[in-house]
Amino acid sequence: MKLFRFRGGIHPPTRKELSAGAAIETMPLPERLYIPMQQHIGTPAEPAVKIGQHVLKGQLLARASGALSAPIHAPTSGWVRAVTDFTAPHPSGLPILTVVLEPDGKDEWDEFPLPRDPFEMPPELIAERVAAAGIVGMGGATFPTAVKLSGATNKHIHTLLINGGECEPYLTCDDRLMRERAAEVIDGVRLILHGIRWGRAIIAIEDNKSEALAAMREAAKGYGQLEVVAVPTLYPMGSEKQLIKTVTGLEVPAGGLAAQVGVLVQNVATAYAVHEAIRYGRPLVRRIVTVSGGAIRDRRNLEVPIGTLVDDLLRHCGYAGEPERLLMGGPMMGTVLPHAMVPIVKGSNGVLALSKPELPEGSASPCIRCGSCVRVCPVGLMPLELMKRAQNNDLDGAVDYGLSDCLSCGTCAYVCPAHLPLTHYFNYAKGELAARAQQKRKTDYTRQLVQARLARLEREAKAKAEAAARRKAERAAKKAQEAQA
Amino acid sequence: MTTPISGPHYHGRRSVGGIMAQVMLALVPATAFALWQFGWPAVFLFLLTLGSAVFTEALSLRLAGKPLRPFLLDGSGLLTAWLLALSLPPWAPWWIGVVGGAFAIVLGKQVFGGIGQNLFNPAMLARVALLISFPVQMTRWTVPQPLFGAGAPGFVDGLKITFLGGADIDTLSGATVLGHSKTELTRGVGLDVSLSDVYAPLDHLLGLSAGSLGETSALLLLLGGLFLLARRIITWQIPAAMLGTVALLAGVMHLIDPLRYADPLLHVLAGGLMLGAFFIATDPVTSPSSGLGQLVFGAGCGALIYVIRTWGGFPEGLAFAVLIMNAATPLIDHYLRPRVYGRNRRGAPLTYAPEQLGREKE
Repeated sequence: MKLFRFRGGIHPPTRKELSAGAAIETMPLPERLYIPMQQHIGTPAEPAVKIGQHVLKGQLLARASGALSAPIHAPTSGWVRAVTDFTAPHPSGLPILTVVLEPDGKDEWDEFPLPRDPFEMPPELIAERVAAAGIVGMGGATFPTAVKLSGATNKHIHTLLINGGECEPYLTCDDRLMRERAAEVIDGVRLILHGIRWGRAIIAIEDNKSEALAAMREAAKGYGQLEVVAVPTLYPMGSEKQLIKTVTGLEVPAGGLAAQVGVLVQNVATAYAVHEAIRYGRPLVRRIVTVSGGAIRDRRNLEVPIGTLVDDLLRHCGYAGEPERLLMGGPMMGTVLPHAMVPIVKGSNGVLALSKPELPEGSASPCIRCGSCVRVCPVGLMPLELMKRAQNNDLDGAVDYGLSDCLSCGTCAYVCPAHLPLTHYFNYAKGELAARAQQKRKTDYTRQLVQARLARLEREAKAKAEAAARRKAERAAKKAQEAQA
Repeated sequence: MTTPISGPHYHGRRSVGGIMAQVMLALVPATAFALWQFGWPAVFLFLLTLGSAVFTEALSLRLAGKPLRPFLLDGSGLLTAWLLALSLPPWAPWWIGVVGGAFAIVLGKQVFGGIGQNLFNPAMLARVALLISFPVQMTRWTVPQPLFGAGAPGFVDGLKITFLGGADIDTLSGATVLGHSKTELTRGVGLDVSLSDVYAPLDHLLGLSAGSLGETSALLLLLGGLFLLARRIITWQIPAAMLGTVALLAGVMHLIDPLRYADPLLHVLAGGLMLGAFFIATDPVTSPSSGLGQLVFGAGCGALIYVIRTWGGFPEGLAFAVLIMNAATPLIDHYLRPRVYGRNRRGAPLTYAPEQLGREKE
């Protein structure tokens, strides 16, 4: 298959060897699970359980709210002990509404009606079931999968692209999943294809995962509509836009969606979750998480109930030293955790406890305009120029230099010899831009209201004046009649 | 600066100091050879220029209230002075080096705000200031007097030449090939005659001819440049465009009139072109940052060098060419940006025809 090259990119040390050899293990049930109501892009789910209530594994904990949302289910059987605010896995450490569950130790599944043959099901039922199972993009973006699927059925999709890139250093959860559960992943891919009424899927895997490639090729044998493709190991290959370019040669138009170029992208772990949901009716209540880093003793790939605390994972794997920094996700795009008392959510692909020597050293110095960032930017931006504008709060200038096209992939900051935190500036500027857009919406709305009120007052005044004129005319006519009579 | 909370939490381990150190490393062979060629006076001038730069940089940093250590240790000031020293006549008096080093650092770099802020290449700025202010001292070239050779000045004589101005300096002077041929042309002597006794391509390649320290061994400079390319400290665009443009223009003109216009080989090997193409025009701060911009920049430098050498008032035009293109860098960076993913060259979102997406026409 002909592949294409996206511009830029880097080859950071993968450090995947730390955990790639560890087979997936089941994480023992912790004492308490903390299940946040927002684990997806969109509106938070609404709790549907009462404190003290006993729930079975897979039972609904919270309903989806609105068009862009996802329901949340009980990761194990047990009692709801609290519905309270708890720290979210976000650098801010701000609390969000969370259901606290105390496992009863039985891990007893709720009963789900098993479908006969899913391929006999009407395709729209797939999206429906995926929505009910609370599946979201598990590569980290956590976009509700069903919204993507039902959107895809009325667009012209020519390729379902399954993302097995896993380009973030350290992370091996997708690698292990593909090696150990290739048949299930392939089944999930076929079910998604059935759901979007289209026949062709490409499964793209970085060529440094030869065992995953072999396993997936083996599992895909006999399904002519599936093709497993080795793509070059190049960060950020796992980024949706870069992967689409590599496999199809097409570029998602700026500000647009993958569907505009006829591609639907799903992560391998999402495909696995679809398999579980459609074949067994099981909602998304657990995921595979890589626990790695220099400060971890036993680096592992653990299948973890959603809501398990990072602290439980770290203690289960053991410390090999004092962690200097805790991350959720990979070191390139992952977020800093303020502390370990933070739950695993649907989008958590890794927990890293990094030791001091693994972290960047050296403090930021002035830009020497070496242009390394321009050469490696996978988007084609000039990060050094963008940064100057972001630093000076020149948002219009930053937008002109492509702020809204930036992926925040961190490639520029990775190569910067001056150790400038470029991505940090871009994220800041994006936040400011979003705030400004919101402020503008607010102002526009207020203006609309004021205008509507003025128009109404004017209408009323006019109506009053007309009525008065009419009455006057009537009175005058009456008088005239009386005079005649 | 405190640790940023956004990623990446991973770094490629390159540093500004490391880059500067590698550039200096790449300069070592050519510099060592040139210093050996021109003996003790050249060594003293070289050290004085570097010392002056480091001293004035420390002074400027202190006045500006900036920390000394990180900025002195990044090596950028040292590299600037190094490049300046390579562009000076090897036996120039001590104050040329001292004034030049100070000028490069203070007026070339620190007044703009220090590293990364200057518009012009500080070494070339200082060289041009010296050339215009002190044309006699800046154009008195010496024929090579290899260190420890028969006619070469010893340590003490070398000190005398640098600090007191040697009495016999005129007897040892020799014009550069570019200077000589230009002077002779103005007297109506064609290149066939004027070049016959001064032009030996092999000497220029190896560095056995008169000129500044950095105008000597084209071969060693080329090797240093290739090292920088291999280490990805510089990119190929500027050197290739610059050398290519000079060679192309020289080739065309030479075909038109070989008696007036020297052949491409002479233009590429003689003078400061090799040093300029790999070490000076590639200064990151003052050159464009996109690949396309670098091509334009390099071609501009090359064209200007050829024009100044051939029709200008000076036999060599490297410094002027680089400074003029430095001034154009912000403009180049503004207009020649890379194409952004999902956008066309003009910046509008891409559009695809239905058949490009494998669809039927609607």
